[in-house]
Amino acid sequence: MSETIEELVSQEYKYGFTTDIESDTIAPGLSEDVVRIISKKKNEPEWLTDWRLKAFRVWKTMEEPRWPNLKYAKIDYQSISYYSSPKQAKKLNSLDEVDPVLLDTYARLGISLTEQKRLTGVAVDAVFDSVSVATTFKETLKEKGIIFCSFSDAVHEHPDLVKKYLGSVVPYADNYFAALNSAVFSDGSFCFIPKGVRCPMELSTYFRINASNTGQFERTLIVAEDNAYVSYLEGCTAPMRDENQLHAAVVELVALENAEIKYSTVQNWYAGDKDGKGGIYNFVTKRGKCLGAKSKIAWTQVETGSAITWKYPSVILLGDDSIGEFYSVAVVNNRQDADTGTKMHHIGKNTRSTIISKGISAGRGNNTYRGLVNIGKNATNSRNYTQCDSMLIGNKCSANTFPYIEVKNSTSSVEHEASTSKIGEDQIFYCKQRGINTENAVSMIINGFAKEVFKNLPMEFAVEAQKLLGISLEGSVG
Amino acid sequence: MIEIKNLHASVNGKEILKGINLKINAGEVHAIMGPNGSGKSTLAQVLSGHPAYEVTEGTVTFEGQDLLDMEPEKRAHAGVFLAFQYPVEIPGVSNSYFLKAGLNEIRKSRGEGELDSMQFLKLLKEKMKIVEMDHSFINRPVNEGFSGGEKKRNEILQMAVLEPKLAILDETDSGLDIDALKIVSSGVNKLKSPKNATIVVTHYQRLLNYIVPDFVHVLVNGRIVKSGGKELALELEANGYDFIKEEMLQSA
Repeated sequence: MSETIEELVSQEYKYGFTTDIESDTIAPGLSEDVVRIISKKKNEPEWLTDWRLKAFRVWKTMEEPRWPNLKYAKIDYQSISYYSSPKQAKKLNSLDEVDPVLLDTYARLGISLTEQKRLTGVAVDAVFDSVSVATTFKETLKEKGIIFCSFSDAVHEHPDLVKKYLGSVVPYADNYFAALNSAVFSDGSFCFIPKGVRCPMELSTYFRINASNTGQFERTLIVAEDNAYVSYLEGCTAPMRDENQLHAAVVELVALENAEIKYSTVQNWYAGDKDGKGGIYNFVTKRGKCLGAKSKIAWTQVETGSAITWKYPSVILLGDDSIGEFYSVAVVNNRQDADTGTKMHHIGKNTRSTIISKGISAGRGNNTYRGLVNIGKNATNSRNYTQCDSMLIGNKCSANTFPYIEVKNSTSSVEHEASTSKIGEDQIFYCKQRGINTENAVSMIINGFAKEVFKNLPMEFAVEAQKLLGISLEGSVG
Repeated sequence: MIEIKNLHASVNGKEILKGINLKINAGEVHAIMGPNGSGKSTLAQVLSGHPAYEVTEGTVTFEGQDLLDMEPEKRAHAGVFLAFQYPVEIPGVSNSYFLKAGLNEIRKSRGEGELDSMQFLKLLKEKMKIVEMDHSFINRPVNEGFSGGEKKRNEILQMAVLEPKLAILDETDSGLDIDALKIVSSGVNKLKSPKNATIVVTHYQRLLNYIVPDFVHVLVNGRIVKSGGKELALELEANGYDFIKEEMLQSA
């Protein structure tokens, strides 16, 4: 059976094409000058240039973390180009001015940037290499007082907000990759939902790495004021290239009193070929802060891509009665390595958190769940429920679980459940005996396994994620 | 309907079936009995195509087709159904989703249109009455958290929905209390028709009080050593399998 299982995993990466577009790329290498050049290219105010420089100086003193359960070739930070943008005619006044080549790229990715064609439920910010190329439905959202724009635009148009919240959740010195990002981040999305506003549509950013030999360092900041609500989606793909590419993003979420932020990711960066050649190194710091009482932040992620994934979307539960949730499906196949999980810091009273993690390993993939539940002294009557399930396909892959639990008061409770299962010959035979072929059987079994996570995704995304899961594992079972 | 000739099969290099000959016509119920380890379940698994078993010799013809040459799902499409001795759990996949997927694959293979959710649900509810299944069952994950009796009832429900030509019941009575046994057997009896056939694999005669066989075959050490009518089952019940073994020794 393992032979059959193995066959199902290796389907070609659908998004591996490259776009031929002239781009403005700076020479490889990283120094204070490079940081200044990036800042200058973006015409940034001095405070931001200084902030970047401080981050860069801290980064220089830091060391790349060695604790993750990941194996990858040493990254040469001086051989990467830190800025690349498609050349286009200056500032765009409308979507009609976007280079048709770019529009076509996004169309091939299934993302229409033309507003009238787009499903009305979703507004999109499209980030191509280092810059945001288009944001749809800006005006519609503006009427409600919602700001949804590229990070660069936000710096110029809403400097006070950016200044107030940038680095407030993930400080520039937080960790090695966050410091690197803070020094060289190029673009990303900015969302601001004012008091009492329920965002009427899903907000979405679609990240695309195109240029070779460059890193992508985007930064996303979402702020939901009192009683506001927003659901945000993030998708990502990259061309198939033989060399590894670095992606080090930072996402910061701030939820004020009674606000709710749902952040969903379908990560499908190029994972490298079946021998582990190429693929994206994905080192991401994602953190949300439930600043206000009764606020809620939920992370949902479907991780199928990247050669290396290092990612722990976390929630700081500061406000009393605040809620943090983390739902994750992480798939590794071929030679992929993932070390992913979450941190729930309970600080306020009566705070609650839920962690549901589903790891699927196939091929020679190596999947690690790493999570921390930290319930502080003053976080009385707090609760956490954690469930970590791993599924193995074939017998050359591995799954690991490293849960860390720290409880510093006696009125809180923590529950942890974990399981490891194997897609068995018996399960597949059972399906086949009922008339279902192997491929459909595997897809059914895996989707059943990941169901608790999928149900937290917005409808349209859930369907996409299910398909993606099928594709990622195609060829692993036969 | 099915003709088994000189069937030999082994698992991990160990020969379990050592030359089975059996012919079953439409409308018949055949019971396969025998002591533990005689190869009863192996026969059921081999007929449905379990990959762990290797057929080393012999042929099986099902409705004119070479059954052994077919993938398990093709056998299912052709109308072979195995009620598992140990039904398998599939977490997160609802019973109705699972069964609908199976039924539609089978219908597709026969050139029939797929049933949509509403049509399927109607059919499922009808069939559920046969095994007295509770409605909550529809959305429960396949066999997960089911009691032994529920699992076996679920097998018979699947059989009712898929309407096989040849149903093989592998120790369907094991682990059933008397009430569940009655429900399951009456389900099987309701599904009996002149067009389909049933193989009942069992260790005990008990089940055969409810599902009355036309023929009883005794399997010992990989071979059918005795065949007869339903009275043979009673004889076995009264005398145990040893009397067959003695008979074999005497004739040897």
